[in-house]
Amino acid sequence: MAEASAPAIATRQPRFVILRWLKLRPGAAHALPVIAFLLIGFAAPLAWVIMFSFMPERSFSLLNEPTLDNYVTIFSGTTYRSFLWSLGLAAVTVILLALICYPIAYGLTRVFGRWSTLLTLLFTIPLFVSENVRLYGWILFFIKNGVMLGTLKSLFGYEGETWLFTEGMIVLGMVYVYMPFMLFPMTLGVSMVPNETRDAAFDLGASRWQVFKEVDLPLAMPGIVIGFLLSFVLAVGALVEAKVLGGQRVIPIVHEIELAFTYAQNWPLGAALAVLLMLVVGTLVMLVLRRFDLDTILGRR
Amino acid sequence: MAGATTSGAAGSKRWRTALLWAWVLSVVAFMYMPALSLLLASSTSSRYFIFPITRWGFDWWEKTFNSIEIHILFKTSISIALCVTVIAVVIAFFGALAFARYDWKGRSLFQKIVLLPIFFPQSVLGLALLLWFNAMGIPLSWKSTVFAHLVWIVPVVTLVISIQVYSFDPALEEAAFDLGATRWQVLREVTLPVLFPGLFSGALFAFLLSWGNFPLSLFTTGADTTLPEYLYAKMIAGYTPGVPVLGTVSTMMAAILLLGGYGLIVLRRRARLK
Repeated sequence: MAEASAPAIATRQPRFVILRWLKLRPGAAHALPVIAFLLIGFAAPLAWVIMFSFMPERSFSLLNEPTLDNYVTIFSGTTYRSFLWSLGLAAVTVILLALICYPIAYGLTRVFGRWSTLLTLLFTIPLFVSENVRLYGWILFFIKNGVMLGTLKSLFGYEGETWLFTEGMIVLGMVYVYMPFMLFPMTLGVSMVPNETRDAAFDLGASRWQVFKEVDLPLAMPGIVIGFLLSFVLAVGALVEAKVLGGQRVIPIVHEIELAFTYAQNWPLGAALAVLLMLVVGTLVMLVLRRFDLDTILGRR
Repeated sequence: MAGATTSGAAGSKRWRTALLWAWVLSVVAFMYMPALSLLLASSTSSRYFIFPITRWGFDWWEKTFNSIEIHILFKTSISIALCVTVIAVVIAFFGALAFARYDWKGRSLFQKIVLLPIFFPQSVLGLALLLWFNAMGIPLSWKSTVFAHLVWIVPVVTLVISIQVYSFDPALEEAAFDLGATRWQVLREVTLPVLFPGLFSGALFAFLLSWGNFPLSLFTTGADTTLPEYLYAKMIAGYTPGVPVLGTVSTMMAAILLLGGYGLIVLRRRARLK
């Protein structure tokens, strides 16, 4: 017996020489592939972009004298409007999403019972179809002689103008695309509210509104905040909605970045815009995530 | 009096339930309206889409599936998605163990680093990778797209598998070691089977997210074209009913894989309980 267990213990040590040399604990050793990959595939390209943002206008190499010209151009020009549009549209989208998703999250946790799984799957499926294809479905729905106007015309003889290519349509597209990113974290949050606590509050004579405000909302807050963060950050980076449904009436910031890189052939300017966007997004993410312990939200107590 | 209030409360509860159901069903209808429009637009025999449809037919389905160009698109998209799935699941499996199974010093930081690429605007990530490939002298093809997809998909899959790992009891591994199993045996006989549902959903996510991805493909495929890229080009210029045909196929594929995959997991769980 002793002979059998001795080699087993020996194999529990990191087998690869390099890991033993680095003296990595199993946790760190398992993290290594992901870390290495993200260093090459995420950190390095972003570092490259940051360096490019300090190059003179329209240069394609990093060998020039660094300058701040691109940032000066951005702050003295009208590009800030794109930033404001992106932030504004994202804010409106997130507020609408919160109002739409809270009743669903509540229903999925407390009312729909065994139907919840099927409903969750139904909300998941569209995530895996390319955004532009789904938004094109909306075009076919709203276009003149499309599904909506065609039906109205043939049934009621009503001939309306199309709602396409307006700001409202962009918001509709964004609400549609980012719905799961608000719904799922929110549902996770709502399911963290223990039934006993709610029952106790009701027994002590609290009204529905009081239970919502004093019990449901605070206890579900981690999930709700993650939902806000995720959908807001993704919505700030939205591009296709404005391009496809908005008919390019509004130029969101990511479109501006893409134009600088492709059409204008001005990599440094595009890089500088990307850096500013990264700063906004990164600050938000780090500020919010710092306050939460992911283990509690994702399952381990 | 007390009876009246309880029946009143029950009545209002029924109302609330009905309202919630009505709400969730209308939101589901909203989510599937584009898919329905695509399906309708694909089932016409005419060249242009005019609703209500006067000449129903599946001519465009036939035309689309007989086109060699479309076959090549499918092959490219599926090759990319398969490569992404295999690589992502392997890397993310270890990542998930570090994320949720082991307690180690850098874990909390690691968790946040893994989440960062998910929050990052994908088009900007695509452009950054384009610059990077360019700088490294890496030629653009479907292979560089595999790499680009992985940057975003590895973190997602890590998260998906982690959720399964959280409910994994490390004592099972310890017990197997104590019974004299080797590291490889423990992995094959204990860890992998217990974590299988998580790995399976991770693989499903990886495949489908890569299959449907547009922003990362756009800047990194070079001369190759994926299905979403082709559809986008056709939407902007040169609409044919082939566009909604392919859109409907994508939607159905996602639905079948997800519902089928979920069915498999349920069946497996039932078989185990018996």
